[in-house]
Amino acid sequence: MRLDLRDLTVRRGLCPVVDGVSLAVAPGEFVGLIGPNGAGKTTLMRAALGLMPFDGLSSLAALPPAARARAAAWLPQARDIAWPVSVADLVALGRLPHGPGGDGAAAVDRALRRMGLAAFRDRRATELSGGEQARVLIARALAQEAPVLMADEPIAGLDPAAQIAAMQVFAAEAAGGRAVLAALHDLGLAARHCTRLVVLSGGRLVADGPPRAVLVPEVLGPVFGIRAHLAETAEGLVFQPVAMVGDEDG
Amino acid sequence: MTGRWLLPALGLLVAALFLVSLVTGPAGIGAAEGLAALVTGEGAAGLVMREIRLPRAILGLAVGAALGLSGAAMQGFLRNPLAEPGLIGTSSAAALGAVIAIHTGLYAAFALALPLMALAGAAVAVGLILALAGPRGRALSLILAGIAISALMGALTALALNLAPSPYAATEIVFWMMGSLADRSMQHVWLALPFLGLGAVLLAATGRGLDALTLGEDAAESLGVSLTALRLRIVFGTAALVGAATAVAGAVGFVGLVVPHLLRRAVGARPAALLPASALGGAAMLLAADIATRLVLPDRDLKLGVLTALVGAPFFLHLVRRMGREGA
Repeated sequence: MRLDLRDLTVRRGLCPVVDGVSLAVAPGEFVGLIGPNGAGKTTLMRAALGLMPFDGLSSLAALPPAARARAAAWLPQARDIAWPVSVADLVALGRLPHGPGGDGAAAVDRALRRMGLAAFRDRRATELSGGEQARVLIARALAQEAPVLMADEPIAGLDPAAQIAAMQVFAAEAAGGRAVLAALHDLGLAARHCTRLVVLSGGRLVADGPPRAVLVPEVLGPVFGIRAHLAETAEGLVFQPVAMVGDEDG
Repeated sequence: MTGRWLLPALGLLVAALFLVSLVTGPAGIGAAEGLAALVTGEGAAGLVMREIRLPRAILGLAVGAALGLSGAAMQGFLRNPLAEPGLIGTSSAAALGAVIAIHTGLYAAFALALPLMALAGAAVAVGLILALAGPRGRALSLILAGIAISALMGALTALALNLAPSPYAATEIVFWMMGSLADRSMQHVWLALPFLGLGAVLLAATGRGLDALTLGEDAAESLGVSLTALRLRIVFGTAALVGAATAVAGAVGFVGLVVPHLLRRAVGARPAALLPASALGGAAMLLAADIATRLVLPDRDLKLGVLTALVGAPFFLHLVRRMGREGA
């Protein structure tokens, strides 16, 4: 199961928010979807899942809803927990598409362990801190154990250790044979952990390739308006934005 | 109380209150004698038991369950603990239908005119809410449409009162709107039960969708839940339950609001688990309240809706205060 988008276009009124994007994410890939605010990252992912009307083709949206729910897990940006349910019950919601029974309880345990939440399983989810809630919601998506995992800014607001841990989990999910697509704003973490970066700007796909090839001045300047330092070190790729373009003192 | 024992315990409570309701009343029939007469149907006691107390107890159970179930479903769907089943306008529309039946004198000519008009009112409200909010709209549009419909129905009810043909009719309208289970017959039971059954079947199947909505509308849809189908089930199910409940019992408030609150913690706050618990809890609460109306002021005809509001409102204040302290 892979994610395949061909010529995907989403219009708000007449104005295209996502404009003719073609993109494939294969099993084993951890693709970072990057771009400035308003570039259309969220819209692209929601349309790909069939959660909003679009033109073009999406391999996921073509599936009936029940099959799609087994094929793809979606972690929205809004961290919504409406009721004071226990952490284990919340994570178990990821098993809904699979029906009762089966491997459900084991999948919930695996997801809790991977996010370091085993000790939290009986706590009320609404009483956790924001960062802990974010990890619980990631665990919910993991428990779905779908071949495709899509996440919208999953690590925003987490502490540095939790951010690295979450990125390592996503990378491990990909290495384990899933196709992972995550919208990210932290380009440094994206550079280190993603196997591939896709750049969206004004709804168009403007760059697609390994982090080294994408995080170059020709992309960073026009798309993000920044200059950055990129270096290959003994610890891997290091990326640090240093100044806004045109800000020559920086 | 652990989740496993909650439903059996509530079931026993409902059964006990049902029996107490059967043996409570002004006719002065002993408990054993009354229950025996209910079975045999012989004599004056048999008539009282079968024609007066049995329908009253059945309606108390069924209406209470309807209000509890629809309250839990509405709170789950709107993801809001302050939602109540009347929110989508069906109870005020059903009340308007009943008020028109009283106002025009139709109910004096034909006994079932009142509940039938109330059901028609609820059906009109469903049509209006689907036209206003659209079949695919989200929760907020449903709330706004419900508020608009409730306001319109309330205004028309006030107009009917204002233009009441006689002070007697006005009094009748006011008393009816306070809600009561007194003097209901088996005809009311047979009229209400099909709609109550239909509504219960529609809402019983919403558990999975309501659970998924804990994560928000977007995540729920990605889990394979059709929000459009869920919304239609909620609107039609709630309308059938609340419309039929209002048709036979009048406006009984606070049950659908308070009962889900009371039981939420006991079921681990899971919306699907709350549905059956809240149905049983609502039945218990309404049976208890209806028994209380006969015991507290036996000769003053204390109205059921007045009692549930008198008990429910302070209790709700307590819950809100507790919620405020916990910051949840």
